[in-house]
Amino acid sequence: MSTLWIKNARVIDPASKRDGKGDLFVRDGILVKSLTAAEKKSAKKIDAKGLVACPGLVDIHVHFREPGQGHKETIGTGSRAAAAGGYTTVVCMPNTTPPADNTGTIQFIKDAIERDAVIKVLPTGCITVGMKGQALAPIGSLKRAGVVAITDDGDCVQSNEVMRRAAEYAKMFNLPLMDHCQDASMTQGSVMNEGTMSTRLGLRGWPNAAEDLIVSRNIILSKYTGAHIHLQHISSEYSVELIRMHKKEKFKITSEATPHHIALTDKALSSYDTALKMNPPLRTEKDRLALIEGLRDGTIDCISTDHAPHTDYEKDREFDYAPNGILGLETALAVCLDVLVKKNKFSLSKVIDLMTHKPATILGLNAGTLQVGAPADICLFNPTEKWTYLSKKGFSKSSNSPWDNTTFTGKTVMTLVDGKVVYSSGKILV
Amino acid sequence: MPWTRKHLLTIEELSLDEINQIHATASAFKKILSRNVKKVPALRGKTIVNLFLEPSTRTRMAFDMAAKRLSADVISVDAATSSTTKGETLRDTAQNIQALNADMLVIRHAASGSPLYLSRILDIPVINAGDGAHEHPTQGLLDTFTMKEHFGSLKGRKVVILGDILFSRVARSNIHALTKMGAAVTLVGPSTLVPHAFKELGATVSHDLKSALADAEVVMLLRIQHERQSSSHFPSLGEYTSMFGLNRARAEWLHPKAIIMHPGPINRGVEIDSDLADGSRSVILEQVSNGIAVRMAVLYLCSGGLPEQAIAGA
Repeated sequence: MSTLWIKNARVIDPASKRDGKGDLFVRDGILVKSLTAAEKKSAKKIDAKGLVACPGLVDIHVHFREPGQGHKETIGTGSRAAAAGGYTTVVCMPNTTPPADNTGTIQFIKDAIERDAVIKVLPTGCITVGMKGQALAPIGSLKRAGVVAITDDGDCVQSNEVMRRAAEYAKMFNLPLMDHCQDASMTQGSVMNEGTMSTRLGLRGWPNAAEDLIVSRNIILSKYTGAHIHLQHISSEYSVELIRMHKKEKFKITSEATPHHIALTDKALSSYDTALKMNPPLRTEKDRLALIEGLRDGTIDCISTDHAPHTDYEKDREFDYAPNGILGLETALAVCLDVLVKKNKFSLSKVIDLMTHKPATILGLNAGTLQVGAPADICLFNPTEKWTYLSKKGFSKSSNSPWDNTTFTGKTVMTLVDGKVVYSSGKILV
Repeated sequence: MPWTRKHLLTIEELSLDEINQIHATASAFKKILSRNVKKVPALRGKTIVNLFLEPSTRTRMAFDMAAKRLSADVISVDAATSSTTKGETLRDTAQNIQALNADMLVIRHAASGSPLYLSRILDIPVINAGDGAHEHPTQGLLDTFTMKEHFGSLKGRKVVILGDILFSRVARSNIHALTKMGAAVTLVGPSTLVPHAFKELGATVSHDLKSALADAEVVMLLRIQHERQSSSHFPSLGEYTSMFGLNRARAEWLHPKAIIMHPGPINRGVEIDSDLADGSRSVILEQVSNGIAVRMAVLYLCSGGLPEQAIAGA
């Protein structure tokens, strides 16, 4: 029997509305109310003075690139980056090579997770075969194989008919659909937000309306079918407004925002820096502020990183030709502390809620809380420690981050999964 | 004031002084071009590589000519003959050019921002000969040079740019140059090709040809770039011509002394009637000739030449 006693922490568990000085007790990987006197004596003790202890962070949108793109990231390296960022549960997207549209590929991913992951990694499956938006993937078999949601992430299902049938069908298995909201016909060749900056830079623009249209479509289909549709990485002001209008109606619509969309805008693109190229693109200050207000009032349910690794040589080219996506896992907590707590006066508990309990609830995961009986997935971070992120020194296999060489306040000190320390002070311990 | 810029990437980043300096140097070089011996030794022993990864006739020939008039050795590489067709990256191609001891790289590329990208990688000067829909600085410089030859100062003069602005690097470079020089720029064309975001660049946006052309002293026509746009930007070339094509009747709306410009290539009968293109108000071929002098000035200044000496040499 293994026991653990985390002492003197500021324990924040939004799910149980706990925020205060206290201890955490773990027996055999499960959080318990207390330990016996004898257990206390022999327990492994961690002095968390000056640290916040919160549930291990949960990210329901990452790309770990396995199978087929292991030169960018693997489940092993991605999960280490996650652990270093304070994450204990992540959900990876199915746009691998081949796409995770069949049970064999899901089994391959599960084997890799079993073998290489240092935190809890959960797979999603595709909505359609080959993410082509035409024939439905074997959604029931995917569910049986262990996927927690289905999505054609990156290749938003364009046909309303296909999306309607997918939603109806997935509802039978209580499986949420996650949708990257983008009308492809309006965004051919686009590489950045459409607006003043794209006009100035002569780059092809991606209009907000292309997101707003699919957000509306998904709200309508959720209402019509009763299925749960999760709207991925919302980036447009009007999309936030559309979701807000319909949240009251109790449709099963949930949504997420990324750290980069709440921290950065398309103004930063005048350098044509491909570390700022992602999809959906960075938008304007109005959009950025709308996302923050959406997170504040609960319109947007959670923060997800869309951690999307690409190698240096893939990113190091003409802006038009560089792939979309940036790293997120190792910087998300620090960016959110800066943008939401420091600059926008969110409470620490609120931000932790958006990064733990809320995302876990969206997919019904057994994660994101420190309540008794929950797995002892814990993040210890120092909210005042200054540190400089060097993307090349990170745990991800890639280094495509816009925050390279940025100094942050607030650093993950230790990450525990099922009561075991997997990351501590800059080192992975498994 | 000495010239300090190593690269010419955009007009947006140039000061009015720098624009004037290029123009002054160009007018000195222009005198050389009408001599018997049309050559100066300014860049003797230097090698200039023209890397044109997108089709071009005028710009490429003008850069070629300009380099030769300055006695530089010139190598021109285009997309079909470069290793980019074998999958070589732009970085590798450019680094190889530098390793072959080129002294300057002139780049034309379909992707906006490519010259800036190369300027960060290479030690040698990089000259932008047109990048995507972003900028075509030497075109903006030669266009404003041509306008200055006709009008002297451009301050307060009404310049209309008519046509496909959205996809035009020529328009962007001219907007930046003209606004810095104090001209009043009006952009006109169909709303799908002249979005209102251009107002933030300091131009007036109009979709009414008559009021836009009224009293304009310069009208610059731009080609409809079929290769860059989807079918949904406007119904047909016929409708474009009927709504926005410049013909004899519409040219009457212009200022009596107005000039008609076009960066080429012209689509006769689409954006401009054939007889106007060849008519007395057209300065289209003057633009082409001035392109050599302006590019000589740019190559000379960016390779470290002193403006006073260029003028003295002429």
